[in-house]
Amino acid sequence: MAQKKFVVGCFDDEKVLFPAVKQVRAAGYKIKDVYTPFPVHGLDHALGMRETSLHTAGFIYGITGTTTAISCISWIFTKDWPLNIGGKPHFALPAWIPIIFELTVLFAAVGMVMTFMWLCQMAPGVKKHHFHKKATDDLFVMVIECTDKTNAEDLTSLLSSKGAVETDIQIAEEGWWFGTYDTENDNLYNNVAH
Amino acid sequence: MHLKYESQLREPLVYGNKTYSQVTEDILRPIEAKPSRLWYIGFFIAVSLLSFGAYSVYREVTYGIGQWNLNKTIGWGWDITNFVWWVGIGHAGTLISAVLLLFRQGWRTGVNRAAEAMTIFAVMCAGQFPIFHMGRVWMAFFVMPYPNSRGPLWVNFNSPLLWDVFAISTYFTVSLLFWYSGLLPDFATVRDRAFTKLRKKLYGIAAFGWNGSTKHWQRHESLSLVLAGLSTPLVLSVHTIVSFDFATSVIPGWHTTIFPPYFVAGAIFSGFAMVQSLLIIVRKVFGLTDYITIGHIDLMNKVIVLTGSIVGIAYLTELFMGWYSQNKYEGYTFWYSRAYLFSPYGWSYWGMMACNVLSPQIFWSRKMRRNVFVTFFMSIIVNIGMWFERFVIIVTSLYRDYLPSSWSVYYSPTIWEIGFYVGTFGLFFTCFFLFAKYFPVIAVAEIKYVLKRSGESYKPEFDAIDAQPIDTFVHDQAHAH
Repeated sequence: MAQKKFVVGCFDDEKVLFPAVKQVRAAGYKIKDVYTPFPVHGLDHALGMRETSLHTAGFIYGITGTTTAISCISWIFTKDWPLNIGGKPHFALPAWIPIIFELTVLFAAVGMVMTFMWLCQMAPGVKKHHFHKKATDDLFVMVIECTDKTNAEDLTSLLSSKGAVETDIQIAEEGWWFGTYDTENDNLYNNVAH
Repeated sequence: MHLKYESQLREPLVYGNKTYSQVTEDILRPIEAKPSRLWYIGFFIAVSLLSFGAYSVYREVTYGIGQWNLNKTIGWGWDITNFVWWVGIGHAGTLISAVLLLFRQGWRTGVNRAAEAMTIFAVMCAGQFPIFHMGRVWMAFFVMPYPNSRGPLWVNFNSPLLWDVFAISTYFTVSLLFWYSGLLPDFATVRDRAFTKLRKKLYGIAAFGWNGSTKHWQRHESLSLVLAGLSTPLVLSVHTIVSFDFATSVIPGWHTTIFPPYFVAGAIFSGFAMVQSLLIIVRKVFGLTDYITIGHIDLMNKVIVLTGSIVGIAYLTELFMGWYSQNKYEGYTFWYSRAYLFSPYGWSYWGMMACNVLSPQIFWSRKMRRNVFVTFFMSIIVNIGMWFERFVIIVTSLYRDYLPSSWSVYYSPTIWEIGFYVGTFGLFFTCFFLFAKYFPVIAVAEIKYVLKRSGESYKPEFDAIDAQPIDTFVHDQAHAH
């Protein structure tokens, strides 16, 4: 994959981060992402991200589970091998409700988690470039991808003036690849362009 | 919508003067330090119990169910008692993480990770009992509906025992997914702090490449919320279905409509008690008293006194119905086999009453709720009481059936039956010790999320907000981001 150039600004307080996000966007830069140690509510809106439709996928998986359960059980008990259980009807829908419910939940949960992992490109053995080690500890790491027109130095000083405690220019691979994390050096100092 | 600030009146969820990195430091300390001598001793004891359990199970598998003292009349004894007991314990974790998430209870963050772990281990223990009670355990896969060469002869979808198979396996899977998806960000934190190559490699694999992207967090939040929404009816359904194992039969003492809510309340009751037993030790041993606070213990004790009282009302309702129905078999079971102190199993009924109904009432006192020693002692008492409850339900209903010639004189377990039970304790604690050593026992990211709105050292900042005119405050909250 192609290597790209990124400007990285680290913030240590979400109160500083929010105005900085607004001003960097107002200055015409496109923020690639902000890496945070915990979910910062409202940051997705501030970055102009659209809502996720993961829950819609969950609903579709759920009804898939419902229909799978109903169709399988009714086929088995009315067509394939009808059992006479105390002379009761073969199509015993009320008695199947527990299993129908459980399969609904199972399909929805498993499907959603798989979709989540697919969308976020996460799996055991997946490796990505991490812009700052402390993004999972206490830093909010704003990353802006450089285009031909971007003046990285200007952007760096803009970030510093908006309260970034650390700034950095990195050349990195985008996306993900298979690998383990034990082979890399401290990625704070790795891939630094200047 | 979340409020940005919490009322000054509320107790802080995090004590001490903490920063984000201090939170990481505190919670990950046990993972990054060498295990203490105490840990090794505990782990050794747990593995010993597990080995004894494994040998008991080996005997049962080799020589058959005859290794247990079950007989034709008492066909379910310690095994199903233990099954229901463990499943019940396995209810608190998902309740804490799912129901309290939906109710926006901030205090769940301190305890949810350990409670969910406990849930998963308890369900693992529970599953052993019905599986090994099958006798020919190598044919256990017969419970799954799959096209087979025996007809195909399918499983009976109208049977509560099959509902149980689906309920327990779904519950285990969903709890595991919920727990692990919550662990991903924390594993990433451990990975990024790792100081050896092996740690970096293993936690790197476990974290699935998590990087904390805002988009990923947004999806993660949505995933957690929907999983919580799914788990809430799920957790209620699981013990409901376990109670159907009894309630759909025509045995006096089992054939009652009160069973589902009564079982669910009992499950929450015993689950919270087990969470208390474990967390009181964990917070002390790992020095996490700033995160699992007395306030948390107080709140959980409130749940215990509530659910314990619901269970108490259920017991009394059953007794009332035993008389009011004027059914002589019901009357015999409730008023002789159970409630009459000098009947063969009267002691177990009154043991249950004392442990589950009477003793938790001390938690009406705030002083007692906030006393760690009393709480620990009571959590053990509650779990003994809940074990008695399942024993009472199963054995006192069975030992004298409709035909006096088949009445069982007395049922007492063999050493291998006890060994199996002890072995599940070994399994549970082996898993829990490994969890406590290698996993973040508190959800690091979630604590950071509540830190600035509910941390002790951040609370004074809210004074200024309290002093604002109300319009400014409302305007601020409406534009919370």
